[in-house]
Amino acid sequence: MTGSLYTRRNTPFSLFEVNILETGEQQLLEISQEMGVGLNLQEMKSVQEYFRKRKRNPTDVELQTIGQTWSEHCFHKTFKGKIKFNGKEIDSLFKTYIAKATEEINPSWCFSVFEDNAGIIRFDKDYGIAVKVETHNHPSAIEPFGGAATGVGGVIRDVLGVWADPIACTDILGFGPLDYDYEKLPSGVKHPKYVYMGVVAGIGSYGNNMGIPTVNGAIYFDESYVGNVVVYCGCIGLLPLKKFKRKAKPSDIIVLAGGKTGRDGIHGVTFASAELTEKSEEISRPAVQIANPIEEEKLKRAIIEIRDSELASSITDLGGGGLSSALGETAKRFGCGAVVELEKIPLKHRGLAPWEIYVSESQERMLLTVSPENLELVFEIFKKEDVEATVIGKYTDDTVLRLHYKDEKVAELDIPFLFEPPKTVRTAEYKPMNFAEPEFLEPENLTKTLMQLLSSPNIASKESVIRTYDHEVKGNTVLKPLHGEYGGPNDAAIIKPLDGSWKGIAVSCGMNPNYGKIDVYWMAASAIDEAIRNNVAVGGRRIALLDNFTWGNPEKPERLGSLVRACEACYDFATAFKTPFISGKDSLYNESPLGPVTPTLLITALGIVPDIRSAVSMDVKAPNNLIYMVGQTFKELGGSEYYKLKGFLGKTVPKVQPNQARKTFKAITEAIDLGLVKACHDLSEGGLAVAAAEMTFAGGWGMEFDLRKVPRENVDRNDFVLFSESNSRFLVEVSEKARQDFEALMNGKVCAEIGRVTKTLRLCVHGLNGEVVVDASVGDLLASWKRPLSRGI
Amino acid sequence: MKREDIKVCVLRVGGTNCDAETKRSLEELSVQAEIVHVNELAKRRSLMEYNALVFPGGFSYGDYVRAGAIWAKWILAKLGKELKAFVEENRPILGICNGFQVLVEAGLLPGFEEISSYPEAALATNFPPGYNCRWVYIKHENNGKCIFTRKIPKEKVLRMPVAHSEGRFMFAKEKEKQCLERLYENDQLVFRYCDKNGEYGDGRFPANPNGSFHDIVGICNLEGTIFGLMPHPERSFYWWQQPDWTRQERMPQYGDGKLIFESLINYLEKKS
Repeated sequence: MTGSLYTRRNTPFSLFEVNILETGEQQLLEISQEMGVGLNLQEMKSVQEYFRKRKRNPTDVELQTIGQTWSEHCFHKTFKGKIKFNGKEIDSLFKTYIAKATEEINPSWCFSVFEDNAGIIRFDKDYGIAVKVETHNHPSAIEPFGGAATGVGGVIRDVLGVWADPIACTDILGFGPLDYDYEKLPSGVKHPKYVYMGVVAGIGSYGNNMGIPTVNGAIYFDESYVGNVVVYCGCIGLLPLKKFKRKAKPSDIIVLAGGKTGRDGIHGVTFASAELTEKSEEISRPAVQIANPIEEEKLKRAIIEIRDSELASSITDLGGGGLSSALGETAKRFGCGAVVELEKIPLKHRGLAPWEIYVSESQERMLLTVSPENLELVFEIFKKEDVEATVIGKYTDDTVLRLHYKDEKVAELDIPFLFEPPKTVRTAEYKPMNFAEPEFLEPENLTKTLMQLLSSPNIASKESVIRTYDHEVKGNTVLKPLHGEYGGPNDAAIIKPLDGSWKGIAVSCGMNPNYGKIDVYWMAASAIDEAIRNNVAVGGRRIALLDNFTWGNPEKPERLGSLVRACEACYDFATAFKTPFISGKDSLYNESPLGPVTPTLLITALGIVPDIRSAVSMDVKAPNNLIYMVGQTFKELGGSEYYKLKGFLGKTVPKVQPNQARKTFKAITEAIDLGLVKACHDLSEGGLAVAAAEMTFAGGWGMEFDLRKVPRENVDRNDFVLFSESNSRFLVEVSEKARQDFEALMNGKVCAEIGRVTKTLRLCVHGLNGEVVVDASVGDLLASWKRPLSRGI
Repeated sequence: MKREDIKVCVLRVGGTNCDAETKRSLEELSVQAEIVHVNELAKRRSLMEYNALVFPGGFSYGDYVRAGAIWAKWILAKLGKELKAFVEENRPILGICNGFQVLVEAGLLPGFEEISSYPEAALATNFPPGYNCRWVYIKHENNGKCIFTRKIPKEKVLRMPVAHSEGRFMFAKEKEKQCLERLYENDQLVFRYCDKNGEYGDGRFPANPNGSFHDIVGICNLEGTIFGLMPHPERSFYWWQQPDWTRQERMPQYGDGKLIFESLINYLEKKS
C-alpha cells in the first residue's frame, strides 16, 4: 500500500487511518482500488466530504463499511439510481416498474413484500409463505461447488431471516455447452463441464444435507454462459404469521449465532459487483465462502424454536457484506444506533483485522435481537442444538453506529449517511435488433427433426441432475419434478405444507434467454407467461412472481437499455396478468473475457392449489382420451429451439397477448377444478411436437393428432406448426365422458380437439395435407430425450 | 399394551432431517411419538421411558468420516449402557436410511453375536456413484422373524423411495458368502431390491439403485427387533406421496410404508 495515504494507529492490532481529507481525485481512486472497496470517484468524494465535516480521517473499518453498504450487490445502485433513457429520466427501475406493478395490483394477500430479504404472502388465515430467489453467479464461476452450495445456504438464510421454516428449494442454472472446445477457452475461464459438475454437486450437497427438498428448476445451455455461469437458488418457507416479529428497540441485545467468522468471503459483494477477469481466480478466491450445511441445519432448528417461543424481537441473516450489512440495515430499519464489540465475535482463526471481522461473509450466521430478560432462554435453546451464540453488542437510541475492538473505537458512522449514497445517474440506450427471418425448406423427415430436438441440451431430460437432489425429504412433495415411472417433466411442483390441510403450493419458473437475443422485451413477457402457464397447468392460481435479473455491465448504455426494456415488460405483463412481484434480485456485471452474459431473466411463480387432490400431471392417462390444443399458434419461431437446431436465430419471437392468455388460463383452471382434465402440459421449447412427445412417454401410451385441426394464424408449414413456440398454449387430455362439459367451458376460447391418446405406442402426426409427417415409437422418443444428459457425462 | 400408551422416541442430532415426517407417520397410527435430541436424552431423559426407538434419515454430523459413523460412536459412548438394556429387553429399534447406517456402524446390525464391538457390515458408496433419489421396488423376504414386517406377506413387492449416496450394503469380501448364509439361516434378511414384476435387481441399476450385495435393502437382528433399511417408509405413507398417484382412478388410502409402522405397533400392542 502507498505509505503516505495510510497511517497505522498505535494499537496492538492492525488498524489504519486512511488519509483522505486532503487527497486529490487520482489518489481517492487509488485508495478505493487498493483497499478493494469498489467505490467510484463520486462516492469517494462524498465520503471525503463527510469526513471533512468531522475533521478527521476515516479508519479502514469505516471505509470498508461504506464500501460494502454502497456496493451494487447490497444497495442495488442500478435499480435504485437514475437512468436517462430515450429522452426521459427514470428515477429507480425498481420503483418505476417492479414495485409499481405490485402497488397497482395491490393484492390483499401480500403480507410483507420488498421489505426483507424474502417476500411473504398469505397461505391461509394463519400461515404465510416466504420466498426468495438468489443469484450466485460470480462465486460459482470461480469455485463452482462452493459458489453454488453457499448460494443455496444464503437463500435458505434469507427465508430463515423472516422467521420462516424452509420447506422447499429451487434451482435454475445456465451453463456453456458441455462439449465446448477446450482450445477456445480463455485463460481464467473454467470449462463448462467442470462448472456444471461442481455447481450441481454443490446445490445437491447443501439442500440434501439441510433436509430441504429441491422441487423445481431448469438448466439452460448457451454460449454466453461459458464465461458467465448463471446460478439461481430459490427457497420457500412457511411461517405462522402471528409469530412474525420485527420490532427491535434500543437496549435490545444483539446476538450473533451460528458459524464462526473467518477470512472466507471477504469482499464478496465488491467482487460480485465487478466484471470477471483473467485474474478473478487469483484476486477473488477468498471472496467465495465455505459451506457447512450441518451448521445451518442446527441453526435452523434453534431459530424455529426461538420463533415459536417468541423470544426475539427481530432477526436477519448475514449474507453479502456480512455483519456490516446486517447490522447497518437492521439499525436503520428500527431507527436506532448500535454499539458492537468486535473482539467478542468468535473467529475461525487468529489474526483477523477488525475490518475483516466486520465485512467477512462467512456462512451460517444469523443476527438476532433479544430483550435482556429473554437472553438466558435464547442461549439455552442455542446450547441445546449445539449452536454457538454470542452477545456482540446492543442497539442504542441514537442513530450512530459505533464499533469497538479491544477498547479502541474503530468506527463511528452516522447510519443515515451510510444509507444515502450519492445517487447513480446512468445512461441507457436501446436499439431494436434487425435480424432477418431465415429461409429454408421444410425438412423431409420431421420425425428425425423431432428426435434431434428431444436430444437438444435445453430440451433433453435433466434426470441425471434432478435425481442427485432429494426432492422428497419432508414427505410433502405431492407433484414431483420427475413424474411417474419414466420421469416425465412436470410443469410445476406441488408441495402440501400443512398436515391438516389439502391446500398446496405450486412452484414453477420461466426463462427464455434465447428470445432476448432478438428482443428482451418479449423475452421478459415470455418468461412471465411461461412461469404462469406452468403453474396453471398443474392447478395453480393466485399467482405471485419473483424476478431475477442476470445482466452485463450496467455502466455500458446498451446493456442498461436492454435492462430497462425487460423491466418495462415486467411491469406491463405483471399488471396485465394481475400477478404481483413479491421479491427479486439482480446480478449485474456478468462479463468475462468472452463477453457479456446474454440477458437472462428468471421468473419464478408461486401459485395456490386449493385442494391437491385435484392437481393435474402432464402424462397421458388412458387410450381413447381426447387431446385438445388450447391457445393460438403463430409463426413465431425466432429464438426457438427449432431454429437453433437449424443454425438460425430468426426474427419473430413469441409475443404475449395477455387478454387472450388470461381467458385461456382461467378456463384451464376451471376445467381442472371441475375434474375435466386428465392431463395438461404447457407448450414451450420445441413447441407442440415436443410437448406431445413428452406426454406420451411420461404416460406410456401413444398419441395421434392432425395439424390441420390446430388453431393457427398464417402458419402454413408442418414444421412451423409443430415447432413454433407461441406463448399461452397447452395440450389437454380429456376423457370422452367429459367432452361436452369441456367444450362448453372452452366456448369462445381458442381451443380445438386435435387427436386422441392411442393404445399403439407411437406418436403419429398428420400434416397439413393429411399425410403422416411424424411417426415415431414412444420408446425411441423417450430414448432420444433421456440419452444426452444421462449419468456419467 | 394399549395403542395410545405406546411411546416411541424419534431420536435426532445435528443433521438429522427426516424426524418430523417419521413422527407424523407414527402419530397417524395413534401412538405417542416424540422427537428427542440426543443432548436431551443424555442429560435429562432416559431411553427406558420409550417402548421403541427410531433413528430417522438425514446426515448426522454431516456424514463426515462415513455415513452414520460419528453418531453411532457418540451413542455408544454416551448412551451405551442404556442402549444395551433397551436391546436386551427386546424393545424395537428402527433405522431408516441414515438410521440404518447408524445401526450398522454401532454394531447393532446384523448383530450375529449380539451387539458387535465393530461394524460387521457396511453401507458403502453407491454404485453407480452419487446421490440418487428415486422410487424403487422391494420384495419382502422375511419368514416372520422381523417384527417390523409381520403385516407384510412374504414375497410381496412394495414401493418406496430411496434417497442416499451411501447405501450399498456389503460384507467383508472374504466372509460374504458365509455372512449371507447366516442371514438366511437366522431369518435376518428382510427386503431385496427388485423390479416392478418382482424380479431381483441382480446388482443392476436402476432396479438395484446402489449396487447392494445380493440386492439387500434391509436386515434385522437375531431377535427381529432391530431393523434397518435404506428406503423411506415415512415418504410412502400416504397415497399422495406416490410418484404417479395422478394416474390412478381410485387411490388406496395409504402407501406401502405404512405397513412397517403398523407391524411395529401391532407387535407392541401384543407385547404385555
